[in-house]
Amino acid sequence: MSASAAIVALDVSVQFGDYRALRDIRFVLPAGGFLAVIGPNGAGKSTLIRALLGLVKLTSGRLQVLGRDPAQLEKNQVGYVPQIKTLDRQFPALPLELVVSGLRGTWPWRIRPAERAAAMAALKRVGMEELADRPVAKLSGGELQRVYLARAIVRHPALVVLDEPATGMDVVGEADMYRLLESYRAEHHAAVAMVTHDWEVARHHATHVLLLDRRQIHFGPPEEVLTDAHLRHAYSHMGHHHSMEVSPAHDHAGHHHDH
Amino acid sequence: MIMRGIIMITEMLSLTFMQRAIAASLMVAILGGYFGAFVVQRGLSFLGNGLAHAAFGGVALGILLRQEPLYMAVPFTLIVSLLIVWLKDHTLLGSDTVIGILFALSMAMGSIFLSMTPGYAGDAFGYLFGSLLSVTKADLWVTAGVMVLALGTIPAWGRWASATFDRELAMAEGMPCQRDDYVLAAALAVTTVVSMKVLGITLVAAFLVIPSASARLVSRTFASMTLLGMVFAVVGSLLGLVVSYSVDWPSGPSIILVQTAMFAACMLVGRRG
Repeated sequence: MSASAAIVALDVSVQFGDYRALRDIRFVLPAGGFLAVIGPNGAGKSTLIRALLGLVKLTSGRLQVLGRDPAQLEKNQVGYVPQIKTLDRQFPALPLELVVSGLRGTWPWRIRPAERAAAMAALKRVGMEELADRPVAKLSGGELQRVYLARAIVRHPALVVLDEPATGMDVVGEADMYRLLESYRAEHHAAVAMVTHDWEVARHHATHVLLLDRRQIHFGPPEEVLTDAHLRHAYSHMGHHHSMEVSPAHDHAGHHHDH
Repeated sequence: MIMRGIIMITEMLSLTFMQRAIAASLMVAILGGYFGAFVVQRGLSFLGNGLAHAAFGGVALGILLRQEPLYMAVPFTLIVSLLIVWLKDHTLLGSDTVIGILFALSMAMGSIFLSMTPGYAGDAFGYLFGSLLSVTKADLWVTAGVMVLALGTIPAWGRWASATFDRELAMAEGMPCQRDDYVLAAALAVTTVVSMKVLGITLVAAFLVIPSASARLVSRTFASMTLLGMVFAVVGSLLGLVVSYSVDWPSGPSIILVQTAMFAACMLVGRRG
């Protein structure tokens, strides 16, 4: 295993009770690489993300993120951009507070000057410094996603993990976000791991694509992986096993499948 | 007019039962205002209502067993609150359904306990709508104890706020959201029970909601909403007690009337601001 790799997955399997969410995932994402994770609903994409964040115990295999066991990662090593659909828009929050919450780990009661400076720098990076004090209820989906990106990069992580970041965004907002992500990646030589449904985005931005259907269908450069034959293979399994085996009971045990 | 007001307030402050009522109201207002911020943002007002009715079951059990009612109501309501969260986590039922079931069960048990109590001629009206006369020394001690426990949850404020804003994100970043749900429900349970004497079962939930809802209308941050909610709860309760004492209305409705007037004022300010 090379410490210079961003992610090393060696036969990673994750099982929740009888449900095999991931089995025998095996790939290496080099330092500074951009990984797109693609697959049908229930393919284990979110489970993989949670494993990268150190929140899921592997049933077997080994996973290293930035040369470490994910559970041992420092908080400033990985930045996470969630799907923006789960937040409470009615919550009294300002973008500045949201970014400081990424810096501190919990919601701020008061913001210290040093925290304000760091958060403003991150907001400036994503072009949101002028809206730092506007309630989140008044932000568009694209603006909010940029705030979440600022929150993820405020501690200059070496890996940014994104879960379907384009959900609810318009085309311009989406293009903006990928541009910001690319510039952050170039400047910090950071790696990116992103779950997406969008093959075109994967084709344009990713250095590596992981095609998943609970098993690994294929891993490699986009032009190799994103072929009609591979995609048809991955998506042809939808229907029989997913509808049979994904029961709500799994969600209640706190394990989240893809939406 | 002013003189008469001063005389009345001096007189009010010199009465032992009023001193107790004021002390109790101050403490429950601080508690209610603090936890109310979470009740409002998480949409838990029905939980507050359910817990208040669960408290009735506990009070009735205390009366039946000839114990100090609050000594029974605190553990009883605590157990119901934890059961609500547990059932929500371990069944496919929504929290409103679970609350609805336990709410009715507690009321049913409470009514049966009272019917089994020979010669009970207590003040049921006082429990329903609150009564200034009903606050005992024991109530004050229990309330003070609850205050101390509640202070212990202050370090969790930031975590609870994060999980209130975006629960999925908080869970993805490793916060113990499910465990925190139990702690918050337990905190609400004990707050509800100790508020019951002054507010009454029917109005406790409103007491948890109105000051924080008013604060929400004029706050841009959750920190200021939490703080203002506590200020509004304290001011509203004290003014409510003055109203209750001076025109001899039950304390619960008097406090709620004052708080609602404050809510209306915040609506006007919030619209302009």
